[in-house]
Amino acid sequence: MNTIPAPTIEYGTLAPLLLVFGAAVLGVLVEAFAPRYLRRSIHLPLTLLGLAGAFVLVVVQTVTSGVPKSAVAMGAVAVDGPSLFIWGVILVLSFVSVLLINDEGHFVASAAAVPGSRDEEEAEASGNAHTEVYPLVLFAVGGMMLFPASNDLLVMFVALEVMSLPLYLLCGLARRRRLLSQEAALKYFLLGAFSSAFFLYGIAMTYGYAGSVELAGISKALATGGVLDPLLLAGLALLGVGLLFKIGAAPFQAWKPDVYQGAPTPITALMASGVLVAAVGAVLRVFWVALGNMDWDWRPVMWGVAALTMLVGAILAITQTDIKRMLAYSSVAHAGFLLVGVLATYDAAEGNEKSLGAILFYLLVYGFTTVGAFAVVTMVRDAGGEAGHLSRWAGLGKRSPLLAGIFAFFLLAFAGIPLTSGFFGKYAVFTAALGSGAEAGDSLGAWMTGIVVVGVIASAIAAFFYVRVIVLMFFSEPAADGPAVVAPSVSLKVVIGMALAVTLVVGVFPQPILDIAGQAASGLFIR
Amino acid sequence: MSLWLPILIAVPVLGAVLVALLPKGSDTLAKWLTLGVSLVVMVLTLVMAFQFDTGAKAERFQFVFEKDWIPSFGVHFGLGVDGIALVLIALSVVLTPIVIAASWHDADAPHAKYSVKTYFALLLVLEAMMIGVFAATDIFLFYVFFEAMLIPMYFMIGSYGGAQRSYAAIKFLLYSLFGGLLMLVAVIGLYVAAGKNTFLFPELIGAIQDPTTQKWLFAGFFIAFAIKAPLVPFHTWLPDAAAQAPAGAAVLLVGVLDKVGTFGMLRFCLELFPEASKWATPLVIVLSVVGIIYGAIVAIGQTDMKRLIAYTSISHFGFIAMGVFAMSQTAQSGATLYMVNHGFATGMLFLAAGFLIARRGSPYIADYGGVQKVAPLLAGAFFIAGLAGLSLPGLSSFVSEFMVMIGTYSSSAFGSGALGVAAVISAVAVILAAVYILWMVQRVLHGPATESVAGMKDLNKRELWVVAPLMALIIGFGFFPKPLLDIINPAVNHTLQSVKVDNPAVAEKGAGQ
Repeated sequence: MNTIPAPTIEYGTLAPLLLVFGAAVLGVLVEAFAPRYLRRSIHLPLTLLGLAGAFVLVVVQTVTSGVPKSAVAMGAVAVDGPSLFIWGVILVLSFVSVLLINDEGHFVASAAAVPGSRDEEEAEASGNAHTEVYPLVLFAVGGMMLFPASNDLLVMFVALEVMSLPLYLLCGLARRRRLLSQEAALKYFLLGAFSSAFFLYGIAMTYGYAGSVELAGISKALATGGVLDPLLLAGLALLGVGLLFKIGAAPFQAWKPDVYQGAPTPITALMASGVLVAAVGAVLRVFWVALGNMDWDWRPVMWGVAALTMLVGAILAITQTDIKRMLAYSSVAHAGFLLVGVLATYDAAEGNEKSLGAILFYLLVYGFTTVGAFAVVTMVRDAGGEAGHLSRWAGLGKRSPLLAGIFAFFLLAFAGIPLTSGFFGKYAVFTAALGSGAEAGDSLGAWMTGIVVVGVIASAIAAFFYVRVIVLMFFSEPAADGPAVVAPSVSLKVVIGMALAVTLVVGVFPQPILDIAGQAASGLFIR
Repeated sequence: MSLWLPILIAVPVLGAVLVALLPKGSDTLAKWLTLGVSLVVMVLTLVMAFQFDTGAKAERFQFVFEKDWIPSFGVHFGLGVDGIALVLIALSVVLTPIVIAASWHDADAPHAKYSVKTYFALLLVLEAMMIGVFAATDIFLFYVFFEAMLIPMYFMIGSYGGAQRSYAAIKFLLYSLFGGLLMLVAVIGLYVAAGKNTFLFPELIGAIQDPTTQKWLFAGFFIAFAIKAPLVPFHTWLPDAAAQAPAGAAVLLVGVLDKVGTFGMLRFCLELFPEASKWATPLVIVLSVVGIIYGAIVAIGQTDMKRLIAYTSISHFGFIAMGVFAMSQTAQSGATLYMVNHGFATGMLFLAAGFLIARRGSPYIADYGGVQKVAPLLAGAFFIAGLAGLSLPGLSSFVSEFMVMIGTYSSSAFGSGALGVAAVISAVAVILAAVYILWMVQRVLHGPATESVAGMKDLNKRELWVVAPLMALIIGFGFFPKPLLDIINPAVNHTLQSVKVDNPAVAEKGAGQ
């Protein structure tokens, strides 16, 4: 009789991931057994400790035992340099986002109550709260960590769902403008489900071609087989749609503004930073590891997507009147800049290390600035909650110069003005792209120069709407009944302070972070 | 390693932080502190300038300071000055205290939109950036200063400017940002194409040999500088920005910030891309001549004093760019000298116009008349500044304008006599300059005193202190420009050697030895 061989799982290497999931499961138990009035005070330390502990584990593991040389869990999960870096970034960003979530007044008292009904009033009066938010966030974070580390398309799909399902729910929990929030959740869920289906279908097609769902197996099949197989091309296209949807690249960006606007702002912050980081990591892994041997086939498409994403994000942002929608389109544009980095592959592996390091660096600095910017958005409120409409921000510079100044600084960082971290992010990615073009030397060089020029034009357009907000805050007369700026809680101060510190310090001395990103990228992805 | 330049940058930055941290209500203290810091910077710079070696064997870049900044990108915190950079830094640090004294009440209530100390802190930040941009020997660092210096100016225009300030500020920022981003592509392209893993300017001279690459990179740098300078057709932001900026900021904008454009052409375009520069010379000369004439003609038609001065500057920047690209020692030395003199002359004209506007409350020429009778000192200052603007012999601008025209006329760089045509056409602008300045002077200062200027006060002590040093400099360098030229000439020689143009002046010296 055959015995089923027990799989070997490297628990040590996977410890950060397991710790986050473990904390999430504990959180569910807390929901089930702890009395209502205690839940929040248990959840918060549990969540923060889980995230911080996982971060410490990542750091300790990397420092003491170095980067694992091969995939773990029977080749399903690749805990390599880029994964560890992305884990660290996601953990810190989600830690900061949880501090934001902990702030009062973002989440609905009872999601099931019809907006405007008596049930809602009662729930609010009785002080109900959805403390499930904390374990949900932990599950999402676990998914975000697994997503870019999966070495196998099926694991990647599972991670995608683990990451997305809690987020669909969280999007619908805003306390104010509940219909908008519920609409956002539904839209996100429907479109997300579609994209998951695309992704899954893509896996099936690719499996049909390669006979394997492992990234390394697909790569091997490509090295020997023909690349013009319809199964492969269809699979590639469908996988691409699924992944590009998650990073919000054009033409799959339509969900971003609606969802970012409707979701409670702390959740928006988590999505705009953590999910983007995770999704870009996954895009890199699929396209560089599994499909690296057919880069001649996907490059032209990716070129078009990157150019379109940058331009669509920058141009549509100009017409926005809501601050969160504007930041959503700005996030679309930044996804485009990151795709420029994805395009920057070299013939020699050392070149790829440079591009990868640039992208990792960009992810880190963009994530922090984004969380900081959304944290500021949560502070500007009027009677109906956050003052979303841009006209409400007029003259903010006069009423609270410090806050407006910090927000202006974040906007300048998004625009990529020197002496902010955003500048070096863009610079690193553009340099990698031009470098890869120069190395190739043929017509590819012209194309890479072209995408950088498109990127620069998009930056110039984007600068317009960032600067417009600064003009509004500083040079316009404040409205008579303008929004109030709430006194920040300690956690909010920590969030904004951290984001500001990273944006400023990395903007002046990027070298330490560049070193870390460079080291993380030095082994490239393991196969 | 010399610590001079880092200290020169650090002092105003620290001063700005101090001023910004002053408690509310200490406006007077903020002003005096700012003035004190800027005077300290000025004295330090002058002490440094006297140690500058102009001898034949002197190093080109002196007071060099180099430290790794971002090794991954090959970026150094590299500072150093040659003669051209030194005189422009001197221009900046001399103008700054004058501007501070001139804008003593510009940020006060009732037109104050923001606190007084913010304005003066921004001024000091801007001063640090101005020193940095001229002193940077690392191209990346130059770019960083080039872009970062927009931000304080943007807030100075947008927060403290005239009625259209928000429009003018955003136009200024977007134009400059667009040019800067084009330059960024060229900066990265230069780094990649040179393949030397460094941004240090001296090491990059001659690194790009391929003519096509040179042309593309040249275009990226040149358009950025042409927007900054500004040359026609990239000039439309300047009249708006200069007219809306408070007078002090307008002086720094036109007097110093715009010089970064012409400085960049001379330093970076010519030396890094010599072949492309020669290839582009006809186009640039044509643009310059068009700018010279166009700026002058449009200036005649202006009804707003500050806009008029801005257009005269466009004409003058045409002269400077023509001098830079004429590729002869006389023309380039003249152009560099013009950058300095134009800063003083136009600065004084802006300030005198600012004093008038502050008294009368209107920038329009039609609202004035007969100021001469009510406020003779102010009228005198305005008049002399105007004469400097039209390059009257005996005043400093004359020397430089003359050198540019002679140098261009006699330049053999582009076929013998070809540039002579440009010089002859541009000479027409001398007459046009007399028209726009003298007609403005006539309408504002002469004639019977109109009711609106009746009670106008003359210059007070503070304003005399603003005007006097400028007047002394304008007249002093008008008769004795040698100290400046001694510093400038060796640097221009280096530039011409990098461009590999036969330099008649050097050839003669060699024959004589």
